[in-house]
Amino acid sequence: MSEEAFGEALANANEQLKIINQPGDLPAFQKKFEDIGEGKLKATTVEILQINVGKMCNQVCKHCHVDAGPDRKEIMARETMLHCLNALSGSGIQTVDLTGGAPEMNPDFRWFVSEIKKINKHVIVRSNLTILVANGFEDIPEFLAKNKVEVVSSLPYYSASFTDKQRGEGVFDKSILAIKKLNELGYGKEESELKFNLVFNPMGAFLPPKQEALEKDYKRELWNKFGLVFNNLYTITNLPISRFLDYLVESGNYEGYMNKLVSAFNPSAALNVMCRNTISVGWDGQIYDCDFNQMLEMSLLNGAPRNIKDFKYEMLNYREIATGQHCYGCTAGAGSSCGGVIA
Amino acid sequence: METYYNPEDLAKFDSMKEGNPELWKKFSAWYGAVFEEGALSEREKSLIALAVAHAVQCPYCIDAYTTACLEKGSNLEQMTEAVHVASAIRGGASLVHGVQMKNVNSKLTM
Repeated sequence: MSEEAFGEALANANEQLKIINQPGDLPAFQKKFEDIGEGKLKATTVEILQINVGKMCNQVCKHCHVDAGPDRKEIMARETMLHCLNALSGSGIQTVDLTGGAPEMNPDFRWFVSEIKKINKHVIVRSNLTILVANGFEDIPEFLAKNKVEVVSSLPYYSASFTDKQRGEGVFDKSILAIKKLNELGYGKEESELKFNLVFNPMGAFLPPKQEALEKDYKRELWNKFGLVFNNLYTITNLPISRFLDYLVESGNYEGYMNKLVSAFNPSAALNVMCRNTISVGWDGQIYDCDFNQMLEMSLLNGAPRNIKDFKYEMLNYREIATGQHCYGCTAGAGSSCGGVIA
Repeated sequence: METYYNPEDLAKFDSMKEGNPELWKKFSAWYGAVFEEGALSEREKSLIALAVAHAVQCPYCIDAYTTACLEKGSNLEQMTEAVHVASAIRGGASLVHGVQMKNVNSKLTM
């Protein structure tokens, strides 16, 4: 648990689950999904391996569902990375999505990326941007460019005050510096193969704006104010987990927010949730249906392999997915995934 | 505490159909069409709605359109400016009637 967490009790997964799954007026997510008429929520084939390489981060963001921070000690060991590489080699998975914490802070980050590239997998790194201009990490942007790693970064807004409110004092200015560095390397430019995407998530208990409309605003503002470019903006809904759950409860917004998510349930989004083609691996090698289930420590169902060292690609395809009331966060409105809207 | 305005009542807005479903249906269709993307964006329309909500001082509308503005991508600075626009028009509307006061004053006084 992070010492800097906003609600220490809610840093515990069981305590979070007690709140999220408490009996009430809201329909159970599983029942709501089954009412679509497609049976239970099941995976298709696994195409993306999302790996959390550690919870250590140089930032402490108010909404972070990982409860990441500088004091977190959970870091993926090289041995676990080797298991991930073995799993990847013998599978049909084409994309590896590295997340954290700040993935770059794992001491084996550079080695791991190089090894994944050797087996010809596409690599995405979820970078918080400020780490790219931090002492000891200045080489990372060039390293990412050299390995053609796709960069996906949170930038909650195109102005300093709103970004810093969520991510910490000075984060916006450092993020702008980092984007400048990435742009200089070719990232985010239309003609370039180096992809650079930004992520927006709401700064409170409301749903994200339309992705396309907000992307236009971001592109206009970042270009006009700073001469910066990026490829796509992904709008992501905050799920009621960890620090954001704590905020919802503390601010008296929990009930209203859950009602909003349930009212906005969109069957089209539900049929395209990212857990259907993604597997999430924790820093300790445990496998989950998604990053959110990982944080809630909700294991895979029905005897599917639970650790990356026991990975069996075929057993993970078409598996039944473990769900809870937090899943309404991915199915509200235009839906939400690590790649933005899904409907 | 008993109050004329309950936040929960906002969600009961569609109970207004009970007295006259046809009128409610027409209102809902028109209301929905008004806020669709057109020559103005949905974001701009929400900001106008927020300003008007303050001008007519409707707490339900202020609640609904503050949320709508955030969900359309507006920020606090933009929403504050919208409220100032509404306030300026309300204040200006009072003040400009001072011309009538002056007219009457001119007529009645030597």
